[in-house]
Amino acid sequence: MTDLETQVLIIGGGATGTGLARDLALRGVQCILAEKMDINAGASGGNHGLLHSGARYVSNDTVSAMECREEGELLKRLAPQCIEETGGLFVAVEGDDENFIADFPLMCAKCSIPVQELTPEEALDMEPVLSGNLIAAFALEDASVDPFRLSLENVAHARSLGTRLLRYAPVVGFDLKQDRIQSVRLFDKQLGKERAVSADLVVNATGAWAGDIAALAGIPVHVLYSKGTLLITSQRITERVINRLRPPSDADILVPGGTVSILGTTSLRIPSLETIGPTVEEVDRIIEEGAAMVPILEEARYIRAYAGVRPLVQIESQGDDRSVSRGFTIFDHSHDGLDNFVTITGGKLTTYRLMAERTADMICHKLGVSAPCLTGTVPLPGTQVSGWSYPGLSPKEYMKSNNPEDVLLCECEMVPKSVVDSIAASIREQGGSPSFEAVALRSRLGKGSCQGTFCSIRTDAHMIDKGDINPDQGLNHLRKFLNERWKGQRPILWDGQLVRAEFLEALHCGLFDLER
Amino acid sequence: MSISETIKCDLAVIGTGMAGMSAALFAANRGVSVVQIGRPKGILLASGLLDLMGVHPVQENRSWNDPWAAMDALCRDLPEHPYSRLKKEDILSAFGELLPFLHNAGLPYCRRVEQNAKIITSLGTVKTTYCVPKTMWNGVLALENQPKGLIVDFFGLKDFSAGRIVATLRERWPELRAVRVFFPGNAGGKELLAGEITAQVLETSESRMKLAQEIKPHIRDARVIGMPSICGMRNPDEVLSELEKEIGIPLFEIPTIPPSVPGLRLKEAFEVGLQAIGVRQFLQEQVLTVNRGDNSELILHLDTKGRKVVVQSQGVILASGRFMGGGLYASRRGIRETLFNLPVFQPGDRKDWHRKELLDSRGHPANQAGLETDDLFRPLNEAGRPAFETLFAAGSILAHQDWMRMKCGSGLAVSTAYASVNAFSKTKEQFK
Ligand SMILES: Cc1cc2nc3c(=O)[nH]c(=O)nc-3n(C[C@H](O)[C@H](O)[C@H](O)COP(=O)(O)OP(=O)(O)OC[C@H]3O[C@@H](n4cnc5c(N)ncnc54)[C@H](O)[C@@H]3O)c2cc1C
Ligand SMILES: Cc1cc2nc3c(=O)[nH]c(=O)nc-3n(C[C@H](O)[C@H](O)[C@H](O)COP(=O)(O)OP(=O)(O)OC[C@H]3O[C@@H](n4cnc5c(N)ncnc54)[C@H](O)[C@@H]3O)c2cc1C
Repeated sequence: MTDLETQVLIIGGGATGTGLARDLALRGVQCILAEKMDINAGASGGNHGLLHSGARYVSNDTVSAMECREEGELLKRLAPQCIEETGGLFVAVEGDDENFIADFPLMCAKCSIPVQELTPEEALDMEPVLSGNLIAAFALEDASVDPFRLSLENVAHARSLGTRLLRYAPVVGFDLKQDRIQSVRLFDKQLGKERAVSADLVVNATGAWAGDIAALAGIPVHVLYSKGTLLITSQRITERVINRLRPPSDADILVPGGTVSILGTTSLRIPSLETIGPTVEEVDRIIEEGAAMVPILEEARYIRAYAGVRPLVQIESQGDDRSVSRGFTIFDHSHDGLDNFVTITGGKLTTYRLMAERTADMICHKLGVSAPCLTGTVPLPGTQVSGWSYPGLSPKEYMKSNNPEDVLLCECEMVPKSVVDSIAASIREQGGSPSFEAVALRSRLGKGSCQGTFCSIRTDAHMIDKGDINPDQGLNHLRKFLNERWKGQRPILWDGQLVRAEFLEALHCGLFDLER
Repeated sequence: MSISETIKCDLAVIGTGMAGMSAALFAANRGVSVVQIGRPKGILLASGLLDLMGVHPVQENRSWNDPWAAMDALCRDLPEHPYSRLKKEDILSAFGELLPFLHNAGLPYCRRVEQNAKIITSLGTVKTTYCVPKTMWNGVLALENQPKGLIVDFFGLKDFSAGRIVATLRERWPELRAVRVFFPGNAGGKELLAGEITAQVLETSESRMKLAQEIKPHIRDARVIGMPSICGMRNPDEVLSELEKEIGIPLFEIPTIPPSVPGLRLKEAFEVGLQAIGVRQFLQEQVLTVNRGDNSELILHLDTKGRKVVVQSQGVILASGRFMGGGLYASRRGIRETLFNLPVFQPGDRKDWHRKELLDSRGHPANQAGLETDDLFRPLNEAGRPAFETLFAAGSILAHQDWMRMKCGSGLAVSTAYASVNAFSKTKEQFK
């Protein structure tokens, strides 16, 4: 009862899975990409958006440091539309380890990472909000990257080369025969039924879920979960990425992106992937730590918190916590008795392309395909539609277009009807059916300061009018959207955000009676 | 800066929301001299509906037809709720005084004394409320009988979709249709706000005729028509009945999202009506601080630009609302009351303030935060005694209630204002 066939089935639509889809497509390999929810539903949608210069890892992981440096340089050239070349500062404040500071330029040099020493005064000139207690500062080439745009454009390019994308299609099981996966069962939520895919080779690119997927095939992959929480400020706090000059620790990076800044992160071992929300405790810790570098973070307005999970892979033979790898790991499961199954997990957004390349090399070798990797030389084509998720882009475009009939649905983030329409159209072109959730994922709807109070209602109404929402489906998508946005609001509800949340509740419960 | 004006009065009301406005009314009606201070923002954002008591227990989301029975059940189960300190007669008298006042100010309301009303919202959901503006009453009746109906909306109006309303109501009211027409003067379908300017358009008979002509071809077998609440700022009922005459069948307004016309009308009605009965209002000002004078009077310092105004009053009703209103303020470390630094009942830790889901029917523990009072609605100090002899609290700032879930917002505001004014009159007698 196989109803789909392909050369390679990629499971997981994060940066790695989408990057791999494009890499294979460029080598002429036919693929299906199956994603449980929507593009970047996992860590790729819940990270810091920092395109690492590599300097962060010079003290504890020189391999990662060098990979980041090389990949960062490459992406700035080949995917400039996804990257803001902000530059970065590493700063130390009174009390920070002086030996670490003294060694830092040397450690960078060892990894060939360009670094420039600054006086605290120079650093303060560049970023006046820095703490007055600076004792050291260095300039590096960190940048910020829009992970949504990156993944969506990888998918778009792959699709244009023949890759098939299945969204809302979680893999639920494997049918094995001797040493092969004969077919993969996935549940197509849009069709409401199970489908079977037969593939010459199956890749597990599910990040933190890699252990779960491998387990479905009876293979142990030991993944530890490290949750990180991040906070978005209502305004951009600095021009450059600010890193605390110390061994990686909590809340030591502030990354600007468009009109906002993102502060984080924490690293909290969690037992399962069931509740991946940011908590009040983490938020308080992040603010206290962040304020040591940038004191106004103590009083800043935060519009949202969110969390992602890093998979830390434990290599079986070594067993203990120190053997946990922070780089990426590729498993060829022929060693576990399944010839056509590969897992790629771990790593960083910055190195997603390299991870995809290495995985694709292994796959092509197994399939007997000799085409070389092209993602290191072919630029990533830009599409307009995938850019609507970037903070500040929608307003710019809206101001430029200046069309009075193009009514704004979201006033905080200035998302007009035309943006919603073009997103819906592109989903339709890709063979999907537009939904409220899919539009929300691809735009800044609900991500501004009103927390979705108004734009939820307006976008729903607009999509109903356009026939993009089936009128019979009721209001549950609205409830879901509000509850989903709430996850990111709940830990930051004090001061102005609590006022807005109260208004949100007054409207949606007090008046609309949406509570359940 | 030197003091340039000192105003003496019996009672100062802090706040111009539903609670503050009602308190000023009840006090003025009793011959008490009243100064009222506050920027009317809360009331602007209100829906125009006056809830009394709709849902209990909230965790079951159980909606009641009889608000009084609901209140009895509530007071039995949650004796700390402010309603437990009130009698039905008093609440009835409060509404008995408020509704004629609003009627005289051009804003008649309808209700059934012993029964709640169900009203359609602009999302097509059905909400339990008590008094509704007369312009919405046909909607309450229509929802009960579900005749063939038509919901009208306008090109360019982004906050209101007839299609959404019809879709949500499909099961409950199957014979409802939606139609979109051009609003008078907006043939291009440009962005239209459901606010004051749009509402004023329908105050002229010419626009009403134009609108009727737009709508008429779509009526067909419809027996009733619903539309967004934009039928005039002043005397909306007249505007509506004129429009009904043109169209030929009953019409009703549907509440829109704030700041909405019904909220604006309520604000206007209160402002005009209260000034007419001698309430001195400071609507651009805030109270900055309050201290006690030599003769146990309370002295309020206002933030009037340029000159300094001080109000000296025997009593104060604190109706400064919650977080939105400004009566309560939350920092990362806790919730406090903003003017008197009164103790605030609150969940212990910020992590317990809110539940995991926004729409959890149990409501958020933070919603129960607020001032605790004695039976005379005097906020308590740390020692559990009235903080001041003549300081009273009314409205949403009170603890142990969740108006959003219980659907008791305006009822609570009006009736606790009433009780506070009566308590003030009583204590005032004692001082004499
Ligand atoms: C808090 C945090 C901050 C970070 N900051 C940075 C940073 O600043 N810079 C940087 O370079 N890196 C950063 N990273 C790392 C980076 O985010 C990840 O390395 C990268 O996103 C991993 O991508 P992925 O595609 O491998 O995994 P994911 O993005 O997690 O993708 C896995 C996908 O698999 C899907 N899936 C799961 N189960 C199934 C199933 N049964 N069927 C189908 N699909 C399934 C999931 O829905 C998900 O979309 C950060 C990570 C975290 C957690
Ligand atoms: C979106 C929304 C929908 C609603 N829907 C309904 C509904 O369907 N039914 C219903 O019955 N009610 C509804 N309400 C109204 C709700 O019932 C009332 O807002 C609630 O009862 C609170 O009234 P309040 O007067 O206690 O406080 P608020 O309305 O918050 O008023 C507080 C007042 O105090 C003033 N203030 C605060 N601090 C100071 C100071 N230092 N000096 C001077 N003035 C100060 C503020 O300016 C404000 O005027 C709705 C409200 C909102 C926001």
